[in-house]
Amino acid sequence: MAQLIAEQVLNGLQFGMTLFLMSAGLTLVFGVMGLINLAHGSLYMVGAFACAATAGATGSFWLGLVAALAAAAAAGALIERTVLRRLYARDHLDQVLATFALILIFSEGVRFIFGSFPLYLSPPAMLAGPVRLPGGLDYPAYRLAIILAGGVVAVGLALLIGRTRLGTRIRAGEADREMAAALGIDINKLYTAVFALGAALAGLAGALVGTLQSVQVGMGEPVLILAFVVIVIGGIGSIRGAFWAALLVGLVDTMGRFALPHLFALLTDTSSAAGIGAALASMLVYIVMAAVLVMRPTGLFGQNT
Amino acid sequence: MTRETALNLALALALPAFVASAYVAEEPFLITLATRAAILALAATGLNLALGFGGLVSFGHAAFFGIGGYATGILASHAQDYTPLMESPFLIEGTQAMLIHWPVGMIAAGCAALVIGALSLRTSGVYFIMITLAFAQMFYYFAISWPAYGGEDGLPLYLRSSFPGMNTLQPLPFFTLVFVVLILAIGFCGMLSASRFGLALHGARQTPARLVAAGIGPFGVRMTAFVISAMLTALAGSLFADLNRFVSPSMMSWHLSGELIVLVILGGVGRLFGPLAGAMLYVAIEHVAGGLTDHWQFFVGLLLLAVVLFARGGLIGLLAGERGHV
Repeated sequence: MAQLIAEQVLNGLQFGMTLFLMSAGLTLVFGVMGLINLAHGSLYMVGAFACAATAGATGSFWLGLVAALAAAAAAGALIERTVLRRLYARDHLDQVLATFALILIFSEGVRFIFGSFPLYLSPPAMLAGPVRLPGGLDYPAYRLAIILAGGVVAVGLALLIGRTRLGTRIRAGEADREMAAALGIDINKLYTAVFALGAALAGLAGALVGTLQSVQVGMGEPVLILAFVVIVIGGIGSIRGAFWAALLVGLVDTMGRFALPHLFALLTDTSSAAGIGAALASMLVYIVMAAVLVMRPTGLFGQNT
Repeated sequence: MTRETALNLALALALPAFVASAYVAEEPFLITLATRAAILALAATGLNLALGFGGLVSFGHAAFFGIGGYATGILASHAQDYTPLMESPFLIEGTQAMLIHWPVGMIAAGCAALVIGALSLRTSGVYFIMITLAFAQMFYYFAISWPAYGGEDGLPLYLRSSFPGMNTLQPLPFFTLVFVVLILAIGFCGMLSASRFGLALHGARQTPARLVAAGIGPFGVRMTAFVISAMLTALAGSLFADLNRFVSPSMMSWHLSGELIVLVILGGVGRLFGPLAGAMLYVAIEHVAGGLTDHWQFFVGLLLLAVVLFARGGLIGLLAGERGHV
């Protein structure tokens, strides 16, 4: 039982880290550009397809990973330059609509190129087997690698934003666009760079998850909505908030799906208990979000506006 | 008569004229298509009240659409199986009567909107968009994982619900019923917009601070608009369930929320007949482009992008020019 719970906790962490990779880009783009980007899920899908296609053609997962990062960053930079740049000054409704349109275009475009059948992606050979953890638990090495990758990205992002010149510029652009531009920062280039960075993170998430589930059109949408929940809980614009909220959502969702049906089966012995438990578990993260909002309407790490 | 009034009249007459010609040409499918447009227009008219008049960008109206649909689906499925909905503490039987389905769906959606609104109207801007979206997803996943009424597979209905004095299974009477409901709803929204409440709502959208200075709290005004908006959308959902004789969680999917916003924008935000114009255009594109290519959504995306970037007033803005008042 203890091993089962430990395994579920690790699964929750792994899910949380994937969500973090998604939400980091989303919250960065919102914080710096004030843009709400529904097409972030499409970049996740682009990453997964690029990885699966490249890995399928070359046989190397690592090349696929590189391709995923490059393809998602390129797609992100492209839509930023052509479409999204015109939307920064518009209201959120226009942003929602334009990025909704981008979802339709991306989804149909990918379906046109790859067809409707899902692609499959295998993890690299060195991560294919299980690892024996302290305590005797066998856990898939690949999922452990995702947790590790998420942690590395979190630390890397914190260093990038807190310690480097680019990070200083990003923070300057976030605080005061005009002043940053007056001080000689090329705001247009900076925005493209930030957007490409966020897109690359989404592509990375898509590629990493592509081995756990099938790679298909529409795969980005459920993750996108959970990423919204994450950044609402964490506070929009806060990467630290996104990190903790992503772990919270990942753990709550995974543990809820695991524990609630069992719990209801203990309390009532009717046949519908498992169904009620499953239905409630699927609502759990939204209930957590509602609870956080009641206490702190701007999220856990959000600034009061 | 202003250009917009003339255009509105033309829009109101276009759909019945289309149906009449389809009836003469004996094309029942086209009547069903027009009915679909009218129902989507009704749902978008509800959304327009919150989005266009109140400036509340709700990305979760599919939840209310689905609640209306499931109200019809659940009541009708109990009626067709001859099983009671509830036995204790008192007996509730299923029913096929639309006149019961509608208020049940609308009240259920109104209650859901009260809860969602109480939480989401505390926030604004992007938070509001994301929170309404998240709550709609909550209903969506609940519908998928709740096995009693079909779960993921949905709930088929053998008959269309009944309305006194007409055979709703015939395309023409059903269209007439839907269209009358739609025109009544548009008229209701027009009256609401011109009323004291409507003026307060426009004020809450434009300058909340002045509304407060005038002694009206924006929260109550927005909440009322959000609830009425949800109830109109639920009514459309109930009719949609009858149109397809099928209810499924996809009625609550976020794609539908997005499509409803698209209908409002295509027609023109905050215009009384905008949703109708948008729905007619959207269903026409869906039908024509869907017949030409499987990838029609690609072109809908391009069109939508063009509307957002270059034609911000939507169809009515394009044809009738700038808005005169309010």
